[in-house]
Amino acid sequence: MPTPDEARSPASRVRRFWDSSVGKKVVMAVTGIIGIGFVLGHMAGNLQMFKGAGAAQAMHDYAVLLRSTGGLLYVMRGILVGAIVLHVTAALQLTARNRAARPVPYAKRTPQVSTLASRTMRYGGVLLMAFIVFHIADMTLGIGVPGFRHLDPYNNLRNGFTRWWAVLFYVLAMLSLGFHLFHGAWASLRTLGARRPSAAPLHRNMAVAIAVVTAAGLVAVPIAAVLGLFRDDMPVSEAMSTARAGAPGITPAGAAAIGTASAAASVPRA
Amino acid sequence: MNLTLRVWRQAGPAAAGQFVEYPVRDISTEMSFLEMLDVVNEQLTEQGDAPIAFDHDCREGICGMCSLMIDGVAHGPMQATTTCQLHMRSFRDGDSITVEPWRAQAFPVLRDLCVDRTAFDRIVQAGGFVSITTGNAPDGNAIAIPKPDADAAMDAAACIGCGACVAACPNGSASLFTAAKISHLGHLPQGQPERYRRALRMVAQMDLETFGGCTLFGECQAACPKEISIDTIARMNRDYIFGAAFEQEESRAGGAG
Repeated sequence: MPTPDEARSPASRVRRFWDSSVGKKVVMAVTGIIGIGFVLGHMAGNLQMFKGAGAAQAMHDYAVLLRSTGGLLYVMRGILVGAIVLHVTAALQLTARNRAARPVPYAKRTPQVSTLASRTMRYGGVLLMAFIVFHIADMTLGIGVPGFRHLDPYNNLRNGFTRWWAVLFYVLAMLSLGFHLFHGAWASLRTLGARRPSAAPLHRNMAVAIAVVTAAGLVAVPIAAVLGLFRDDMPVSEAMSTARAGAPGITPAGAAAIGTASAAASVPRA
Repeated sequence: MNLTLRVWRQAGPAAAGQFVEYPVRDISTEMSFLEMLDVVNEQLTEQGDAPIAFDHDCREGICGMCSLMIDGVAHGPMQATTTCQLHMRSFRDGDSITVEPWRAQAFPVLRDLCVDRTAFDRIVQAGGFVSITTGNAPDGNAIAIPKPDADAAMDAAACIGCGACVAACPNGSASLFTAAKISHLGHLPQGQPERYRRALRMVAQMDLETFGGCTLFGECQAACPKEISIDTIARMNRDYIFGAAFEQEESRAGGAG
């Protein structure tokens, strides 16, 4: 039988933290919050699609803006990939631990208060992981998107959502993201201990708001594309990106990034 | 009232178990669930069969010995009630009731419905105490404790260690138990010197005992006969995070244990 003294592991402080179930959950909470921040920002960017006239230009300028941040884009991408790797690794290891904790299942177990969202976190997580891979291949790299043009998200989106199965997958994935956040946004703060004693510890007003806003905001774009609401046919002007590349106050790394960006942007429109 | 019981029977820790059905007749609604099992056991003994083994002691809801997963719910359908305080009026005539032991790797079945819960004792041994210099008993009011702190400590101290939190948790996690013990001492001035080390050591022991992790389903809070809140888990995590970041490394020579 394990004795308390064996609890003293000679491993480093960080290693002990990662090895403990609480520490791993803290990592999941922190990386999850990074993800929530990203998703909210991404959603806000997407909503420029609804600008009406000039939306195509706005989306293009936004794409160029992200690439003119002096390497910050790649720092952010690095953070996001790191967060996903940690989040998924911790989730897999904790799931394995949780499964091992009850080798003999109950013949009958009736959930009392746990939400459907909390019970489907793992499946939703797998779906979202598949979605992230698909989404990057689809809308970032343009694999399989008809008439894909780099730095023209407005038209890429319109073209991408002419495929019914893509619309279906996006909507499904974003609804499952809402579910994931309904539990995750609330649980992450509780895991971090950021909670005073509460009369109703299962209530989660903030998480409901985050989940509904994200799911609705992200689902709106494919739905609107299907409904044909994106009618801005003004050609995208590349002038701005070239001007920016020459603008003063841009670091060499940034200029290099913009160099590729504007080179791609100056490819004549098909 | 007449019932059909479906009870887990297992001869010993290594033996294979299975469900056995027992028809039960003429049960009074005034009986507790355990008294109903007593009646069944009387009949089994008269028939020359081995009685159903189940844990019980005080039968007034304060000792933490009784357990039982009743129809998929730890301690049965009544909120904030131990099995011994659950009465048969909570069931209807003709009901079929499934009775199982707590299921967890860390709670091996000893026989029938009895499980070994000494893993909880080892978690408490790891840090669920305050180290004090003994001597004359100090004056009861020598240390002023704010009423809200005393209340919060008392609410956490209500934990009777029955294990319903582990049983109800889909992950088989002992987080609510461990958090209750950590909160109980952590709210009081006497618990402060060892507060963060306590969290580190008790969580480490909880993991060693092969309990699962917390995913905040909230099932433990619903199952707890003493209505301990998952707020205590947030507090445990807070103490753990602080301890992991700032607590000095323990030396081999001494320490709280």
